[in-house]
Amino acid sequence: MLGRLTLDAIPTNPITLGGAASMILGVLFIAALLTYFKRWKWLWTEWLTSLDPKKIGVMYIIVALIMLLRGIGDAVMMRAQQAIGTEGGFMDAHMFQQVFSAHGTIMIFFVAMGLMFGLINVVLPLMLGARDVAFPFLNSVSFWLFVAGMMLVNVSLMVGEFSAAGWLAYPPLSELQYSPGVGVDYWIWSLQIAGVGSLLSGINFLVTILKMRAPGMTLMKMPIFAWSVLSSMVLVIFAFPILTVTLALLALDRTLGMHFFTSSFGGNPMMYINLIWAWGHPEVYILILPAFGVFSEIVATFSRKYLFGYKSMVWALIAITFLSYVVWLHHFFTMGAGANVNAFFGIMTMVIAIPTGVKVFNWLFTMYKGRIHLTSPMTWFFGFIATFSIGGMTGVLMAVPAIDFAVHNSLFLVAHFHNMIIGGVVFGFMAGLTYWFPKIFGFKLNERLGKYAALCWIIGFIVAFAPLYILGFMGATRRLDHYDPSLGWKWLFIVAAVGVGIILLGVGFQILQLVYSIWKRKENLDKTGDPWDGRTLEWSTLSPAPSYNFATIPHVAERDTWWVEKQRKVKRETKYEDILLPKNTGFGVIIAGFSLIVGFAIIWHIWWLAAVAFVGVVVSIIVRASDEDTEYVITAEEVKKLEHKRASA
Amino acid sequence: MSEATTLTHQDSSKTVFGFWVYLMTDCVLFASLFATYAVLRNNTFGGPSGAELFSMPFVLTETLLLLTSSFTAGLAIVSQHAKRQNLVLVFLAITFLLGAAFLAMELNEFVHLASEGNSWQRSGFLSAFFTLVATHGLHITVGLLWLLVVAVQIMRKGLTFSSIQRLTLFSLFWHFLDVIWIFIFTIVYMMGVA
Repeated sequence: MLGRLTLDAIPTNPITLGGAASMILGVLFIAALLTYFKRWKWLWTEWLTSLDPKKIGVMYIIVALIMLLRGIGDAVMMRAQQAIGTEGGFMDAHMFQQVFSAHGTIMIFFVAMGLMFGLINVVLPLMLGARDVAFPFLNSVSFWLFVAGMMLVNVSLMVGEFSAAGWLAYPPLSELQYSPGVGVDYWIWSLQIAGVGSLLSGINFLVTILKMRAPGMTLMKMPIFAWSVLSSMVLVIFAFPILTVTLALLALDRTLGMHFFTSSFGGNPMMYINLIWAWGHPEVYILILPAFGVFSEIVATFSRKYLFGYKSMVWALIAITFLSYVVWLHHFFTMGAGANVNAFFGIMTMVIAIPTGVKVFNWLFTMYKGRIHLTSPMTWFFGFIATFSIGGMTGVLMAVPAIDFAVHNSLFLVAHFHNMIIGGVVFGFMAGLTYWFPKIFGFKLNERLGKYAALCWIIGFIVAFAPLYILGFMGATRRLDHYDPSLGWKWLFIVAAVGVGIILLGVGFQILQLVYSIWKRKENLDKTGDPWDGRTLEWSTLSPAPSYNFATIPHVAERDTWWVEKQRKVKRETKYEDILLPKNTGFGVIIAGFSLIVGFAIIWHIWWLAAVAFVGVVVSIIVRASDEDTEYVITAEEVKKLEHKRASA
Repeated sequence: MSEATTLTHQDSSKTVFGFWVYLMTDCVLFASLFATYAVLRNNTFGGPSGAELFSMPFVLTETLLLLTSSFTAGLAIVSQHAKRQNLVLVFLAITFLLGAAFLAMELNEFVHLASEGNSWQRSGFLSAFFTLVATHGLHITVGLLWLLVVAVQIMRKGLTFSSIQRLTLFSLFWHFLDVIWIFIFTIVYMMGVA
């Protein structure tokens, strides 16, 4: 009746129980607040069922930031274990393996991807002069599938266990023979469900950029952030189907006894390695390109100058997009491909650093002879330039297969990729969140606290990861839950733990910044819609942006069109028209809810439930598709009233 | 003129383009399955290979069924252009029957193989074979269900903008599956037997 689910699935380990309990308490606390302030209906109608991409974006970001806390929690546990290390630590090997697997999975799939899709949802339509994305309902479905995947990862903490096979679950370890429990299945299905959401978003944003730009905005007049999203979504479209297949094949091995990657019966584990990295390498470029785009906007705005070398920036993005498909083997130089194959991929990996370098120089040249405003977004940018460049160089170092043979899977590698992800992706999205916050919420975040936060993250990152580079050279491999005291590594691990503490201080400043800024928001209202003296279209509408974004869709004649309009003091025509917007719908929640049940049921082998829930997904899609009444009108009169009410407020 | 402001003019171009992009992702999905099949095709682990298992007349029949169903789907579209609702429904019905017959043959082949002990659990080769061909079969199943929903919509609401758009997208999907089958027919069956 309940498959292999029994009461034994509830964990007994105190650390796991503690984590599960705090999660449950957190959820109960929020439920209590909603009940006390009678906000359940508001939550459902204003947020959960909304198809407004600004709201969907904010929800993505909230979920991602909550998962960031869980991911950092895992990081703190690992640093503590390794700082104590020689005396045995407080986690046994099996728990430690689950912690590093959860850490990587959560940070990549639910924090980085969540922040990215959130920011794109919030910014892209506004920046393009559009009212919405191409497929608003699919947008909602994508978000809720992301939430369903997130929930599966969190449920694994309370019922069963998580994967102990690393964030990429290499076979044969991830096959039934060596991982007979439910952990790897949780990993597979949370990523499979969230991955469908990502793929749908890739299609959505690609079509939005290609089909919904404001009139006059040719591709070469688009802001560079939009170009970076376009490149990233092309990568999503080509890469995510590969992930879907790979996860499915592993699931088939584990659930239906197939032999794709098993160590006998004709399976080929190396096929998995190739497939997963054919997805995995484009994935990291999917994450970094929009972050590059964020910095392009920020550097131009806060240098009061056109971005230097727009065309070369576009070509660099296209080059990186193409090249990211021909480097994937650099993740496993040591796994027997031979010298010639290694040489090809090594050279391609070095080549991909070149367009990235072009971008870095273009940012620097943008600043040259500009009027620099050292705001908190710029602080994040300087942190990025310093750290990302170093991380990039360590990448080029490891691109040499002979060198990689010495440092593959060492802490040197771990430091390198955290350098890129924290220094590049995280700093970029933090900068973007600060920068675009007033557009969504109508008031600025406190600048001083923002700078303290950025400084703590930058310094904390260096203190946490410089020791790891050194340890890598000293021969320390990754994923060690203990090590021999005679190696003399302990003090370096202690320094790294201090670094994480400084990062936590930075997170503390960010929480303080948010609370303080909300408290003081009436004094920091953005009255003009353009608090940073920006250059692009999103700054030409009110803050917070209304549901329809623009009362009148602007016409675009050149790059940085808003900046040009301000310089020439162009007066915009205000011709009001009826506006058609998508109605709210709960079907995104429903479809994702059924998907969550399908995933849970397959994991626990509750076949009847999986079948029923799957039918639920199909029926929901058909019911939604049969609904003809999915849009509503804001008449021209109403638009005019809303605009005047805002302007006089 | 931007998309959301015009109430009077309905335009399919965004949706059709978006669907083409989705079809390209489906192409990458099948490409990954083909790549896996290519790597595992000789991993028979002492069991039978394609040459011993596949029957070319059988596969030829399946192919003719599917290709004809693509033709009748095309006739349905032509009928739609001519605004002949009843003809549309007739050709959709024939397409459904041909597609269902294809599926029945494929299921028959699978059951036959499994009952002889040559199931997907036998070897890497067979896992890859079953998964590639069955993924195509699952897509066909989804297509048939979609066809039913569209046909019902046309019966109830007539040839409206919405049902015409869905019919168009269905036909793109169906033809796409035909192309994938040609690759399967060639790479799996013909090259397997050679």
